[in-house]
Amino acid sequence: MIATDLNTILPEVVLAIYAMAALMWGVYRGKDAEAPMLFWLTAMMLAGLGTWIGLEPEGTKTAFNDAFINDGFARFSKVMILFSAAIILLMSQEYLKRNKLLQFEFPILVALSVVGMMMMVSAGDLMALYMGLELQSLALYVIAAFRRDSARSTEAGLKYFVLGALSSGLLLYGASLIYGFAGTTSFGGITDAIGQGDMSLGMLIGLVFLLTGLAFKVSAVPFHMWTPDVYEGSPTPVTAFFATAPKVAAMGLFARVMFDAFGGAIADWSQIIALLSVLSMFLGAIAAIGQNNIKRLMAYSSISHMGFALMGLAAGSEQGVQAMLIYMAIYITMNIGVFAFILNMEKDGQAVTDIASLNLYSRVEPLRAAALMVLLFSLAGIPPMVGFFGKFYVLQAAVDQGLLWLAIGGVIASVIGAFYYLRIVYLMYFGEAREALDGTMPPIHWAALMASAFVMVAGIVNLFGVGTLAGAAAATLLK
Amino acid sequence: MENLLSIVTFLPLIAAGILALFLRGEDEAAQRAAKWLALAATSATFLISIAIYTQFDPSDTGFQMVEEYDWLAGLKYKMGVDGISVLFVLLTTFLMPLVIAASWNVTDRVKEYMIAFLVLETLMIAVFCALDLILFYVVFEAGLIPMFLIVGIWGGKDRIYAAFKFFLYTLLGSVLMLVAMIAMYVDAGTTDIPTLLAHEFSSSTLSIFGWQIVGGAQTLMFLAFFASFAVKMPMWPFHTWLPDAHVQAPTAGSVVLAAILLKMGGYGFLRFSLPMFPVGAELLSGFVLWLSVIAIVYTSLVALMQEDMKKLIAYSSVAHMGFVTMGIFAFNQQGLDGAIFQMISHGFISGALFLSVGVIYDRMHTRDIDAYGGLVVRMPVYAMIFMLFTMANVGLPGTSGFVGEFLTLVGIFQTNTWVAFFATSGVILSAGYALWLYRRVVFGDMIKESLKAITDMTAREKWIFAPLVVMTILLGVYPALVLDLIGPSVAQLVHDLEPVLEAARGSSAVAATH
Repeated sequence: MIATDLNTILPEVVLAIYAMAALMWGVYRGKDAEAPMLFWLTAMMLAGLGTWIGLEPEGTKTAFNDAFINDGFARFSKVMILFSAAIILLMSQEYLKRNKLLQFEFPILVALSVVGMMMMVSAGDLMALYMGLELQSLALYVIAAFRRDSARSTEAGLKYFVLGALSSGLLLYGASLIYGFAGTTSFGGITDAIGQGDMSLGMLIGLVFLLTGLAFKVSAVPFHMWTPDVYEGSPTPVTAFFATAPKVAAMGLFARVMFDAFGGAIADWSQIIALLSVLSMFLGAIAAIGQNNIKRLMAYSSISHMGFALMGLAAGSEQGVQAMLIYMAIYITMNIGVFAFILNMEKDGQAVTDIASLNLYSRVEPLRAAALMVLLFSLAGIPPMVGFFGKFYVLQAAVDQGLLWLAIGGVIASVIGAFYYLRIVYLMYFGEAREALDGTMPPIHWAALMASAFVMVAGIVNLFGVGTLAGAAAATLLK
Repeated sequence: MENLLSIVTFLPLIAAGILALFLRGEDEAAQRAAKWLALAATSATFLISIAIYTQFDPSDTGFQMVEEYDWLAGLKYKMGVDGISVLFVLLTTFLMPLVIAASWNVTDRVKEYMIAFLVLETLMIAVFCALDLILFYVVFEAGLIPMFLIVGIWGGKDRIYAAFKFFLYTLLGSVLMLVAMIAMYVDAGTTDIPTLLAHEFSSSTLSIFGWQIVGGAQTLMFLAFFASFAVKMPMWPFHTWLPDAHVQAPTAGSVVLAAILLKMGGYGFLRFSLPMFPVGAELLSGFVLWLSVIAIVYTSLVALMQEDMKKLIAYSSVAHMGFVTMGIFAFNQQGLDGAIFQMISHGFISGALFLSVGVIYDRMHTRDIDAYGGLVVRMPVYAMIFMLFTMANVGLPGTSGFVGEFLTLVGIFQTNTWVAFFATSGVILSAGYALWLYRRVVFGDMIKESLKAITDMTAREKWIFAPLVVMTILLGVYPALVLDLIGPSVAQLVHDLEPVLEAARGSSAVAATH
């Protein structure tokens, strides 16, 4: 029995053991001298596990009395998480070396948070959910404050920790209410409890608290306050990491809880998520207009994008989940490219985050500027870039479920949002001449930037088949 | 030639790809190579597109030369032309070589400039060929990107404001259309335009927050599409982006904008709004007609007051587009024929007028009308050509401008005499601003010192104008060239519309009597 259970969670076990072994090895052996090797090894490990999970046969397996679910949805999310984490880790190395932050703990913390994320998307029980979430969060709090000698970075870490702890508290409170009224923490049990009659008031309040905690993790408005500060204060590679893998995990967990545990009460949570979605889209679009710091701008951009992904969830249908997964896949691809660019915004060896420094960048580095332009148009959702199709899928899911007002709100927010992406294009292509940035780009960053820009253009042919895969993954979640 | 339309569509894009990948450097030789390659590609596109003309069978009112492949998300890559769209394809391919030739003096970032125009050409042709709703939206919207860059990078002093206004204004209009398109997809289960043309969208009265919406879904979808096309067209009062964009854009950008991009709005009305939402169109036709009349009269008056030549022509474009919407919403053969004819003819005339401004702008670097006067003394050929297009803009019989205006007025006279009455006064006003512009620029004594050394048109410039002169006069004396091609398709459209319109008018009459 235990053997089959362990077999089901083998990838997580392998990664957890690897992380602990690497930690021991780092502590007793070379310390930071071994860091470059550990970065590569961890990235390989993550990519290897991603390939392994991606090639696993279809079908749903559960472990530990359904506390852990390994289905198509979990696998799709895990592949996204693992590969994006691997790429970000490889990109981080150069930046951290340049800024004398190359410490061996970094890849280990990333690996541990990835274990947490994998648990999150596979959770089948409120306990498993909380464990996964906390494992992820604790590792993230630490790397947010990774630049220990910088007040900004430590402030970011502390802020993230305090607010994160608060949201975990809310989530736990919700979970305990749900447990109290359903008599079980297992998602299947909760579904049964709801299915027997109308949802009780206590259960509803529990659901709202649970949603609040989850909304904090995906940085949906009005629980977004931490995002700009944490994005700005953390070292840039950490920001890049925050913008990709944890977002996928949190959205995956969101979908998992809503459909697996509360699949009988779609009407109840759908309206809450729709509200979170429309608020996020608008706040993200409007607040970003005034930002001159590109990291803060990307923070608001991510809030807005999470709003769109939540729109897919709010639809409460299989099509909606598919749309959400496609959206997330496109979103992390774009973000990897953009952050590959931001990591190299430097002048005289100093990192620059002011977007005004991009003035007429197209004359300095035409190719890089063109790639960033493609990514920005894609983020803005202008066709023919792939970002448009992400929006198209979620809008379609929303309209299909009669959420016409949400779709109209979304497209108007996307027009407002287009302004600040265009502003960067304008600075790069027809701004005023200024002293140019001179950061050189390591091959890995260059490859990531170009590949993601290429995907944004070439994906118009068939989205590289992601649509079909996401459809299959969504089907397993809704059974 | 099975994939004729795709070949014509993507040839410029391939040339743009070659430029992007293989051309290096910013020196004289590289610039010349970029220009010649762009000219060769656009000319080749035009030559191949002649095959579309020869293969096209006007008597067939369905879509021809159809290509269909599966695309993502259940969408299709489907291309085809009918009598309504085929001429716009040809107009685009015809004008693009001239646009490239007119850009011969560009020296700043030539490679990027040519890439932008080549990409734009692909997108414009695709708009007129697309037979899938979302494919149409994708190419319709994608055109904003190259145009944004063209205005922004190679534009005038206030180019940044103009570029942003152009982009955001048109984007806001279009996204509502996107939502309507998705709603259509959900309702009809397909994005195939020929199927949607046959699909009947619900027109039963809806009640939203206590508001009774007569015409129901059709009215709402019509309004969503209207938001996009009215901005693109542009109709008064959504036209304010156009003068800014025109004035700031480089000459070639203005030509493309006036001659082709504006036509997408009119094409959209003909392709989507009228046949797909006839009830909504009928209900709102009065509203659209009066907007058109206001556009014709008001923007003509505004044009009278302009100090900037490009701005004047931009306002005159808005007025002429007023005739187009008026003709379209007359819902009869003459009106629709006239609207399409007016669009084609305006493509040649407004393009030529912007090129004319470009000719003297290249020499004097100003567009102020006050800076000129007496050009006829030193530039007789220019005066001659400019006069022809001024007259064509006024709608002088014998030029193509006359046919379009006349047909739309005949069409509207049958349905709404008052609208026709006010619109006709616009013809007089257009004579006013156009002739006055001509007098101030070309006639009079040459008193300004700065103009004393101005030279007449070069051979290159004459060659650019030659095809436009030929087309303007040819279509003026032999309009059947266009009308025979579009006639059957338009007749079919009118035939399909008639019963629906009758029913809609009948029901509203019944509602009125009760």
